[in-house]
Amino acid sequence: MTTSTPSVARNGPDQGGGAAAGDAATTTAPAHRQSGRPAPRRRATDRRHRLRLLNALSIVGGIGIWWILALAGFQFPTPPEVVATGAELWRDGTLQQDVLASLGRVLTGFLLGSAVAVPVGFLMGWYTVARGLFEPWIQFFRTIPPLALLPLVLVLLGIGELPKVFVIFLAAFLACVISTYQGVVGVDRTLINAARVLGAKDGRIFVRVVIPASTPFILVGMRVGLGSAWATLVAAELLAAQAGLGYRMQQAQLYYDLATIFVGIIAIGILGLVMDRLLLLAETRLTGWQERR
Amino acid sequence: MTTIDTPRDTAKISVRDVRKTFPLRNEEFVALERVSLDIADNEFVTVVGPSGCGKSTLMNILAGLDEPTAGHAQVDGRDVAGPGPERGVIFQQYALFPWLTVRKNIEFGLKVAGLGKAERRARTDHFIRLVGLDQFADALPKMLSGGMKQRCAIARAYAVDPSILLMDEPFGALDALTRVTLQEQLLDTWSREKRTVLFITHDVDEAVFLSNRVVVMAARPGRIYDVVDVDLPYPRTEEVRLSPEFAALRNRVWTSVYHQTPGTAADASPTPSA
Repeated sequence: MTTSTPSVARNGPDQGGGAAAGDAATTTAPAHRQSGRPAPRRRATDRRHRLRLLNALSIVGGIGIWWILALAGFQFPTPPEVVATGAELWRDGTLQQDVLASLGRVLTGFLLGSAVAVPVGFLMGWYTVARGLFEPWIQFFRTIPPLALLPLVLVLLGIGELPKVFVIFLAAFLACVISTYQGVVGVDRTLINAARVLGAKDGRIFVRVVIPASTPFILVGMRVGLGSAWATLVAAELLAAQAGLGYRMQQAQLYYDLATIFVGIIAIGILGLVMDRLLLLAETRLTGWQERR
Repeated sequence: MTTIDTPRDTAKISVRDVRKTFPLRNEEFVALERVSLDIADNEFVTVVGPSGCGKSTLMNILAGLDEPTAGHAQVDGRDVAGPGPERGVIFQQYALFPWLTVRKNIEFGLKVAGLGKAERRARTDHFIRLVGLDQFADALPKMLSGGMKQRCAIARAYAVDPSILLMDEPFGALDALTRVTLQEQLLDTWSREKRTVLFITHDVDEAVFLSNRVVVMAARPGRIYDVVDVDLPYPRTEEVRLSPEFAALRNRVWTSVYHQTPGTAADASPTPSA
């Protein structure tokens, strides 16, 4: 582990969980390298290198095992077959269409859910009246998986886009609203008092203290909400849709087309991962001020 | 409103028969009982006492963060009604906004006051220099040590130019060395820009070293137990700290804090002739 390229060190803060190492990198001058004892940054970089290497090994190994199992007579398609099917679906445009349909639903539901959850969460945390009115409903619906409402929603809203977006909305909303509410309730009283003694009134305290102080909670809620939205989407599409990754897999199941099912699974996994990473990036950017994470 | 004993013209802060109770299961907890205290303009008063004696409650009432159950707390002859910019407060837990840099923290109160950008910048720079945080002006609080955080909090309170500083065990969480340095810096700043200071501490040495007057409180119920005038000269140098006069006062306050006879109370309303 002697390779420590500066580019990796500079990328540090952008990566998940790299906040602490990033701080070390900004405070430790390059001059440290000449000094005798190994700089803590060097060790952190080494460790990250090793982690990346193990990640890569694990992925390659996993695909290898899959391939071996497929060749050994399990009813799996081999990796090249899945890649070929994926390329074919891409060429005739089916994959793009499915991805767009699914992404459109999940993003609409998720963004609407978060957009409603944040103000409702703030209202609940700030005003006892709002808390008293909203809480029983949120607590009740929180215990019901949004999918369990799908039959009812399908009957009430028909089989268009609306019912699917609605259950996704509900999933994202419920996850995010609780977290936001807890964030607002948990804002350090001392910080509010500090703002008050500096002359700030309620409006300013809300915007300048309560919102920034609860941002970490909101973002955690959004990440949970996104996972929840994604899970709900696929299931919703399995039940009622004309396009989308879930629908494609459902169709493939009828024709015993395992390769297409694999393509769907992989596409869902990759999209979910990318969206989660984007939120994580926003989180490190927006909440890097926290003392410990 | 009932008639109040005429507060002395010189009293900057006047506390009259303040009582504060908190509900506690079926009974009520008496945090403060008949507390009266006058503090003159530019006076430095420390309050020391065992935990639970209500010293923080007293400070919160003067800061306007809490209301007395009975009695009156007045500043400049007017009843305290909520916080105000003429009273700066420094908390034990620093209470810096962790998402703002040192500069932005200090600027916070100036923005509330509606100052223009140029003036904000100038005042902020001045106070950053005053507390020696020039190098850390754009650092976030998480990068600062405890002592630096408290210096930033002090600069933030000073920046809005309050005539009164209320300090609630500001150096309580710091190591002994940093604490002594900050005590000396505080007195230095105070001697140059005079303010009325109410300083709460649990450290007898600190109480005597800083103040014109030490108010000793007792617990259950929280009340003023003793008032000790500190007629040591300013500036308080290390020489003063090691002098026999300091030791005598320290012993006097120590005995008052640690060997309290139950049920005794003292009235601190008359301003000392110091």
